[in-house]
Amino acid sequence: MISVDHLTKTFGTVRAVDDLSFTVRPGVVTGFLGPNGAGKTTTLRMLLGLVAPTSGSATIDGRAYADIAQPGRVVGAALEAASFHPGRTALDHLRVFAPQVGVTDQRCREILDMVGLSEAAKRRVGGFSLGMRQRLALATTLLGDPQVLVLDEPANGLDPGGIRWLRELLRYFAGQGRTVLVSSHVLSEVQQTVDDVVIIAGGRLVHASPLADLAAMATRHVEVASPDESALRAALDGRGWAYAPSRDGVRGFEVEGVTAAEVGAAAFAAGVELHALTQQVVELEDVFLSLTGQAAGGAVETTEVAA
Amino acid sequence: MKAALTSELRKWTSTRLWWVLLLVMAAYMAFLAVVMAFSVTIEPGDAGAGATILHGTDAALTVYTLGNALGYVFPLLAGAIAMTSEFRYQTITPALLADPRRSVFLGAKLLSATVIGLAFGLVGTLSSVAAGAPILSWRGDGAYLGSSDVLVPVALSVVALAIWAFVGVGVGTLITNQVAAIVVVLAFTQFVEPIVRLGLSAVDALEGVAKFLPGAASEALVGASTYASLGMSDLLGRVPGALVFLAYGLVLALIGRFTTLRRDIT
Repeated sequence: MISVDHLTKTFGTVRAVDDLSFTVRPGVVTGFLGPNGAGKTTTLRMLLGLVAPTSGSATIDGRAYADIAQPGRVVGAALEAASFHPGRTALDHLRVFAPQVGVTDQRCREILDMVGLSEAAKRRVGGFSLGMRQRLALATTLLGDPQVLVLDEPANGLDPGGIRWLRELLRYFAGQGRTVLVSSHVLSEVQQTVDDVVIIAGGRLVHASPLADLAAMATRHVEVASPDESALRAALDGRGWAYAPSRDGVRGFEVEGVTAAEVGAAAFAAGVELHALTQQVVELEDVFLSLTGQAAGGAVETTEVAA
Repeated sequence: MKAALTSELRKWTSTRLWWVLLLVMAAYMAFLAVVMAFSVTIEPGDAGAGATILHGTDAALTVYTLGNALGYVFPLLAGAIAMTSEFRYQTITPALLADPRRSVFLGAKLLSATVIGLAFGLVGTLSSVAAGAPILSWRGDGAYLGSSDVLVPVALSVVALAIWAFVGVGVGTLITNQVAAIVVVLAFTQFVEPIVRLGLSAVDALEGVAKFLPGAASEALVGASTYASLGMSDLLGRVPGALVFLAYGLVLALIGRFTTLRRDIT
């Protein structure tokens, strides 16, 4: 269990992380989401003892990372795909960290095999693709068979096959009761992997819930307008649909939870003339974008409504 | 600490740069030993006016401890690069994830560099002895390889070169930008210290300061100096020299511990 409690970090005048609190439960994959610059990496670095918090705390099973005796056996963490010496081979990269994790060279080879790099064991990392580096970074985190995995943008640079492989691996680990925290700046990248989401923007928590609760926020509605407003109201009332005056200031209504075809059919049946009939779909990614204030144009207004 | 040290030694053995430095040092020291052995044994003729003839153990020491006098830049660079590459390639992040105790990280880095520095000491010293001794025994007063007056400084030259690698880690901890660290090391060893040593020894009031420079202190530990044997500089005693020399490494490492290694690793 990972617990972040009123965590704050300021760099000069910039508040990179601002009074952030959330918990990550074991047994599920948790997505740690937010746009680039939202403070994800800074939060993870504070959790891992690399950056000192300005205030607040971040703990793993109740302990600060620095207080864990052999942290590689408890927490597997990968922060950047770039943290390799280019002149070192994949196997030697793992062997460098093996003594502190307390594992043998044999274990290093097994892990390389597990992440699909056994062919590249004796090759220098300098010639690796981003995807191969991600696999090697993941291998490093798995050396000590830890109960907690913390991965920063692990899907970055993976091809679709690699993303699927990663998804299955993470789901497998979560299924074993481990705690898995995965950051990403794209919800769709991890949408099929995560059970819980923690969404931050501007260093602040904007949403934390099971993914299903976030999905429930992804609604769809139909914009409909007619010169004969009262007739349209009557037609909508007749079907028992919930509707509200259109937010765009157009004379018309937003009807929740229906399709444009249904509204069109109802209006036709009631003989109501329509001047506009538009299906509005808010995808999960749109919910994420609006929560984090990334939605373009007028949709930013929906942010305030949704949040 | 044992695990951290094993990890650091594996970092050395799994990269190539220090091997390259070691080979270049071996070749360079052999070359300098040949040149120096001839220049201290050949009578100055018209062409060699100004060359100084050295006799006996002076000649042997000057040639055999060339590694420390002129080759110390190699272990110094190796030590500095060992630390700066952690920052250049951001391997400092997984290193501190594997063991968050930063003093242990620095300690293991210093110790491992000293071990690798011993290899530089052995290779650098042996190659100047191997290249210089035959010429000294042929042209000069002899090779003096059985004399303890020669062998003790030769052995200490190995130790001094190992300490140079230790000092290098200190430099790298303080100057974490690899290019900057390399430039500073090269500039200091090749230009600044030689010029400052000669300059200071020319000014009576400042003559005493020159012997506290790191190169002079290392020569004091060895007990032989190309500068001193050519009459250009005074040295500290062996023990004070060794302490001053070690202090350079320790002070640099300590400052690095409380600046570079206290900061956030981002």
